[in-house]
Amino acid sequence: MPGTVQAIERAAAILRTLAGGPGRLGLSEIARTLDLAKGTTHGILRTLQLVGFVEQDRVSGQYQLGGALLHLGTSFLDINELRSRSINWADPLAARSGQAVRIGTVLEGQVLVVHHVFRPDDTFQTLDVGALLPLHATALGKVLLAYRAGGPAADLETFTRRTLTDPRTLAVALDGVRESGWAFEVDEFLIGQAAVAAPIRGYGGLVVGAIGISGPVERLCDSHYRPLPRLVTYVRDAARAISRDLGATR
Amino acid sequence: MTEKYVLAIDQGTTSTRCIVFDRRGQLVSLAQQEHKQYFPRPGWVEHDAMEIWRNVERLAPRVLRRAGIGLDQLAALGIANQRETTVIWDRRTGVPVGRAIIWQDTRTDALVHSLAALSASSEISEISGLPLATYFSGPRLRWMLDHTPGLRARAERGEVLCGTMETWLIWNLTGRAQHVTDVTNASRTMLLDVRGLDWSPRALDFFGIPRAMLPTVRPSIGGFGTASEAFPGVRIGAALGDQQAALFGQTCFTPGEAKCTYGTGSFLLLNTGAELVHPGNGLLSTVAYQIAGAPAVYALEGSIAITGSLVQWFRDQLELISSAPEIETLARTVADNGGCYIVPAFSGLYAPYWRSEARGVIVGLTSYITKGHLARAVLEATAWQTREVVDAMNANSGLTLTTLKVDGGMTADNLLMQMIADVLDVPVVRPLAVETVSLGAAYAAGLAVGYWPDLDGLRRNWHIAGQWMPAMDPALRDGEYANWRRAVERTFDWIQPA
Repeated sequence: MPGTVQAIERAAAILRTLAGGPGRLGLSEIARTLDLAKGTTHGILRTLQLVGFVEQDRVSGQYQLGGALLHLGTSFLDINELRSRSINWADPLAARSGQAVRIGTVLEGQVLVVHHVFRPDDTFQTLDVGALLPLHATALGKVLLAYRAGGPAADLETFTRRTLTDPRTLAVALDGVRESGWAFEVDEFLIGQAAVAAPIRGYGGLVVGAIGISGPVERLCDSHYRPLPRLVTYVRDAARAISRDLGATR
Repeated sequence: MTEKYVLAIDQGTTSTRCIVFDRRGQLVSLAQQEHKQYFPRPGWVEHDAMEIWRNVERLAPRVLRRAGIGLDQLAALGIANQRETTVIWDRRTGVPVGRAIIWQDTRTDALVHSLAALSASSEISEISGLPLATYFSGPRLRWMLDHTPGLRARAERGEVLCGTMETWLIWNLTGRAQHVTDVTNASRTMLLDVRGLDWSPRALDFFGIPRAMLPTVRPSIGGFGTASEAFPGVRIGAALGDQQAALFGQTCFTPGEAKCTYGTGSFLLLNTGAELVHPGNGLLSTVAYQIAGAPAVYALEGSIAITGSLVQWFRDQLELISSAPEIETLARTVADNGGCYIVPAFSGLYAPYWRSEARGVIVGLTSYITKGHLARAVLEATAWQTREVVDAMNANSGLTLTTLKVDGGMTADNLLMQMIADVLDVPVVRPLAVETVSLGAAYAAGLAVGYWPDLDGLRRNWHIAGQWMPAMDPALRDGEYANWRRAVERTFDWIQPA
């Protein structure tokens, strides 16, 4: 069978064995069932454990299917976990850029804001954690769309004259996001507001969220309405730092 | 023109960290090294002070390299340290006499009980502002003198020196030239006259501590000499206990300003100004900081033993969540606690009750209760415990808390922060500063050498990163608080005298 990856076949066999078993299974039992070397089996089990597909009982050391398998279709990373792991990088991003920082994930076709750091100027601001933003009209949303299988929704709502509402134009923009590794918005959601965002990646490079800054167009962009390179660098550095903490480069 | 920076050494319970800050108070680089925890017997916790000093030496080049700066670019260094941890060492060789005894160590339990029986003990509490407890350094010093053959005689002859961790580090940093402590650390020994700000002869006599082994007490912010080791040529501008450093890093410079650091346990400190507030309701009086040439600023401190550790218990012992942040996800699956309350009196209750015979309870259980309700009750326990400490502080100080500044790992939990704002009925504010302990040490050191001009200059660096406004119906709040207090009463008298 040319073009198949043996380790993945074996991993699938291990998962089926665990799913078909009476409950928890020990390492030797699994290795014996599949006629695999113990060392090989252990290596695969450890990797499966790392991605949450397999759990090991602390007392007996036996293995069972992991909770992540049950939620394969929904969220990969708990949103509160994502906030907790990002907070130390979101603060310096706000301090360096002088702008508000938001972290978002996808929830039912929209961007769910899971973390928000105020613009550090001590003006009155309100936390909008839990707010929902449109995917196609925001920098955060475009990042999340760009790294998601399947296209955006059919009817793209118009927020301003600059909102990308033509699916083909949006598709071209998303190609650009994948190519450059970051996204921006200028006057597309709110008039006078610009934003820059970059992907946060977890294990295996999977995009689990986006982090970005937003603020007045004149603060974020040059005279050609292009985001200032310095700010783009800050955003991408923060995204990379969080991804590294989440194990993206492993 | 080369840019200047300030360095903080945060000598904590599990690790030592060196952090470089810039003029805006932003973190430039960080280097960290954990040290070994020794548990020779139940209730005993020790550190190797020499290992900790070696770690500082090792971290010095690392943190400078990561910042891409040279020693000449450090305007000053400041120290924040784990409090009440005590070490004795040989003045000539510089070698510690045994390991450092850590603040968590309870080996002085019997000693403290016998000392408490003496009639002079209330006078010592009055002088030091502290209740007689195993928590503080004085009893620990006495224990070491009692249990190390020949040590008392050597101490009387001035052959051995003692100190808390900042004293040990400064002595080593200055090439053994400075044997000094700062007032905040000294105020946690029970040996300091907390009003006169020097060692109390009455207290030294009570604990049997020879004056010759003690460091000189200095203001927290001023001069502790110039380093000749690890960071040669850099001025040591400040030293503070870690919780006091967090108070300073949060720029709580005005009476009535308070911060709470939410970690495994939580520490709420309230600035009470130049007045020492007579402690009561299970609170402690402590020195917040002292700038050289100015009067000391005092604080009331309320400690909560179990906050983050209740979430850890929920994760590790009940296994209802797989990571601490998931407590919020689980708690949000329900709208309220369903009538369920958890009081985590795992080893008795601290402020404001101080009942060692109390044990934890879960009350209000019905068949309706789900793990979501339990998760909510876990978070609410931290909120209500904060409320009890704040109430005690308001009653004690005559000040009314108007805003609570928060820091620490649990501030990532938005639901908890909202609960705290709701039950306190004041805004809860998280600053744009991840490392308030280190930042406080850096601020204090920078202030000492004129890197920052004044306290107002530091305040301008403080920015709000997040704010939670109270939004709870007052009637609901009162009802829930009454329920919480009834739940607390259920914990009393659980451990029966043998």
